Amino acid sequence: MRPAVLRTLTAAAVTATALSAGAALAADKVKVGFVSTLSGPSAALGVDIRDAFMLAVKLNGGKLGGLPAEVIIGDDQFKPDVGKQLFEKNIKRDRVDFMTGVVFSNIMLAAVPEAFDSKTFYISPNAAPSPLAGKECNPYFFAVSWPNDAYHEAAGQNATNKGFKKVYLIAPNYQAGKDSLAGFKRYFKGQVAGEVYTKLGQLDYSAELAEVRAAKPDAVYTFLPGGMGINFIKQFVGAGLSKDMSLLQPGFGADQDIIRPVGDAMLGTFDTAHWALDLPNAANKKFVAEFEKEYKRLPSVYASQGYDAAQLIDSAVREVKGKIEDKDAVRRALKAAKFQSVRGDFKFNTNQYPIQNYYLRVVGKDAQGRLVNKTLGEPIFRNHGDAYVQDCGMK
Amino acid sequence: MSGLLLLEQSLNGLQFGLMLFLLAAGLTLVFGIMDMINLAHGSLYMVGAFLAAWFVQLTGSFVAGVLLAIPAAAVFGMVLETTLLRSLYARDHLSQVLATFALILIINEGVRMVWGSDLPLSAPAALSGPVELLPGLYYPAYRLLIIGVGLALALLLYLLVTQTRMGALVRAGASNREMAMAMGVDIRRLFTAVFGIGAALCAVAGAMLGPLLAVQVGMGEGILILAFVVIVIGGIGSIRGALVGSLLVGFVDTAGRTVLPHLFREFLPPQFASAAGPAVASIAVYLLMAVVLFVRPQGLFPARG
Amino acid sequence: MTPAASAASAASATATASTGPSPAARVALLALAFAAIAFPFAMQALDASFYVSVASRMMIYAIAATSLNLVLGYGGLVSFGHAAFFGIGAYTVGILITEGVVSGWIGIPLAMGIAALFATVIGAVSLRTRGVYFIMITLAFAQMLFYLVNSVKAYGGDEGLNLKLRSSLGFGLNLKDDATFYFVVLACLAGTLLAVHRIMGSRFGRIVLAMRDDDVRAEAIGVPTFRYKLVLFVIAAALGGLSGALMVNQQNYVNPNVLHWTQSGTLMVMVILGGVGTLWGGVLGAFVLLLLEEVISAYTVHWQFWVGWILLAIVLYAPRGLVGLVSRALGRGAGRK
Repeated sequence: MRPAVLRTLTAAAVTATALSAGAALAADKVKVGFVSTLSGPSAALGVDIRDAFMLAVKLNGGKLGGLPAEVIIGDDQFKPDVGKQLFEKNIKRDRVDFMTGVVFSNIMLAAVPEAFDSKTFYISPNAAPSPLAGKECNPYFFAVSWPNDAYHEAAGQNATNKGFKKVYLIAPNYQAGKDSLAGFKRYFKGQVAGEVYTKLGQLDYSAELAEVRAAKPDAVYTFLPGGMGINFIKQFVGAGLSKDMSLLQPGFGADQDIIRPVGDAMLGTFDTAHWALDLPNAANKKFVAEFEKEYKRLPSVYASQGYDAAQLIDSAVREVKGKIEDKDAVRRALKAAKFQSVRGDFKFNTNQYPIQNYYLRVVGKDAQGRLVNKTLGEPIFRNHGDAYVQDCGMK
Repeated sequence: MSGLLLLEQSLNGLQFGLMLFLLAAGLTLVFGIMDMINLAHGSLYMVGAFLAAWFVQLTGSFVAGVLLAIPAAAVFGMVLETTLLRSLYARDHLSQVLATFALILIINEGVRMVWGSDLPLSAPAALSGPVELLPGLYYPAYRLLIIGVGLALALLLYLLVTQTRMGALVRAGASNREMAMAMGVDIRRLFTAVFGIGAALCAVAGAMLGPLLAVQVGMGEGILILAFVVIVIGGIGSIRGALVGSLLVGFVDTAGRTVLPHLFREFLPPQFASAAGPAVASIAVYLLMAVVLFVRPQGLFPARG
Repeated sequence: MTPAASAASAASATATASTGPSPAARVALLALAFAAIAFPFAMQALDASFYVSVASRMMIYAIAATSLNLVLGYGGLVSFGHAAFFGIGAYTVGILITEGVVSGWIGIPLAMGIAALFATVIGAVSLRTRGVYFIMITLAFAQMLFYLVNSVKAYGGDEGLNLKLRSSLGFGLNLKDDATFYFVVLACLAGTLLAVHRIMGSRFGRIVLAMRDDDVRAEAIGVPTFRYKLVLFVIAAALGGLSGALMVNQQNYVNPNVLHWTQSGTLMVMVILGGVGTLWGGVLGAFVLLLLEEVISAYTVHWQFWVGWILLAIVLYAPRGLVGLVSRALGRGAGRK
């Protein structure tokens, strides 16, 4: 037992020396804790966010807001308790200034209290569930992606516009899943043929697909991000259902991480998102070109969000001229969001969730024959916020 | 629920049960004959799936990939048996649990170091569509293949165990090891062979299920426990028991994902109905095992007389 | 004799429960107590107070492993469902706090009590079986509880339950403070070890050991083996519930995975690593396993690979666990004197 205590003391002493050296030069660098899902069937999402975030830092010369940036990367392995422990380590041991990175709402909801308790800002490059938009909004939470419901609201509106009568709904049984179908139903004026919640992480949909076939809807709307979506679409096609009904998707179900493994079966899929590769603004053109050059693949919507998260932090640190200890100033700077987002105009709502446009996209081929999402027609929503902002006490 | 829906769900249950059987068969033999609790059996399934995915990538052909993976996995299993597991036969169950648990960690990370945490594996393009079995009843071609392979292997195993000399030795070893050894059976070669067959069966299951589930690190843990449940229900050491147990578990699990949610949806909101069905099904499976253990602890078809 | 039995007799030879510890052991114990009490202050002085919560986590698992050692090591009952009691304790406190009952003086005893209640039912059924069937049936019950907890969406389901508060103990003690929490856990660990020591030193304990070695003979001479096993099982469950109640406080979070069979497996690994049937086996196993995880994962993300090999080596070459190794080393040292 004693050797173990000695070892802990030694490790602590080494760390303490390093820390005290760091503490003396307080705001000489920006430390960011990055926790995301980097392994497992849905790793592509976390990897994209990480790669884009690091690209932004690199293009800024290894700095954020003029200060050298240190990004500490951890893999939550799709497990909330691991994510929570990584947050604790980053916040208490590494003394980071910002936390970011988490893909999935359940992991984020378990881990983010650590950030709130220690008054560390969490910049969400993905998960942005409805409770944090409304009643439980928190001044230390900034969603740089979208409100969880948004893509689904746009999809519901699109389904209404296109005249679908009976839609069957499937989503995983967790906060984001509930938000998704609630959002779809909010704007879809037709009949819901069925509403099924599957287990988060479930990969075999034979039972659900048999039920879909029996219900005979015009269309199926699913929110199945990552590995879940890949499997569902393959099995949907395998069961022959793609001939009888349309598959409607939010952007998560039809972006690069799913297009690549599923392949040509995705051609002609319609989906909704706040961003696409072909959005015609300068920041986006630079982002897509640089990402392709650095990583030899096209960025997904998740990558665009990771890139914007880094740019947001960069703009805030720059705005407070490096004095990141002044939390109130940092919050005002974050809220002002003075950066060029790859999606075009960017503005925060009073609950620190974005107000932005949502587009209809379709999967087609680009000039080089690769499968990509292209925007189609006018935006479905312009300057769209979320349904929960009135419940939030922040002004 | 319509008749066609019921039929389609029954096929799903059959498909799942048959794949579970491939795992349970190897496990029951190892447990029955060598009296060894092998927690790393799920890892053999995972290694088989990764090998198949890798060979498919290398050769570009699904069939070639799977056929190459089977002997490769069998060799892996046999090497594991001769080097490591052999020293565990004489040890108590607790030591076997710890050692094979350690093996799970080693093999999981080992696979991750070699191939990364997952590999893509798709069904052959020819089978990616449905087949019309009856007017109105469409069933994915690939799943029909799985059912076919499962049934064929079940038959093959039955023939092996009942009609061949090796099968007779296996049955002798399962029912009374000491007697078999006393009769001069080269028990060490037999053990290695049994282990190799078990690994090969796991590989087939892993390769077949890979396109439906995901070939990923840790895929063995979930199915391992179900395999143990199956062999306890069926009877340790009995292949027939493994088959009956697997089909039972397969159907109960599928019922939980289909029939039960229908029932629950009558009086529960959709989120609860969706969660309650699978939960009740899983509990039912374990309840079934507990009842069998309590009433007939040797299982439904005990190998030992 | 089984390895477990010989381990127990070896351990009891070095630090006998009935005749008291040797002078050398007493000094070691005092030094240990001093180091444990001084630890948080030392960490605060070094501005490394993060490690205090790491130590608390290790101690919580030490309690859990020790409780399993009681039933597994001393009792010889290979229970593969012990994580269920850990989880029951955690969820009891979690649900109480969610519903507004924050007092630790209600929550913790209730956690232990409900775990004991479940153990009474599970034990009454399972203890009628033996050997591998006992293993499987305890596993079955634990998995049933896992799926049950998973399906109760009101308390998080498989997303888990987040707690806004920790238990309150009154007396101005704030469990949110890492150092205060550390001492509470330390007290619980000391209490657990004392309880186990006393139990195994009593007549009850001697009968349990006799049953482990040969329960047919014990039954033949009139010992009500079933009753004794059940009492042991229930006590171990209550202590498991205690560790769960502490864990949910430490993490402010619990999810059904703590009831999963792989968690039971991890606890068993800690027990076997530390030393089956020894007083300090659970503590040593928990600390070493978690330290290995911390230290090795700083160098490589594949730490489980190396931990696996170490575990394998222990099984093959040091079947009496780390306590066995230590007592062998101490024994050799004493012999040379």
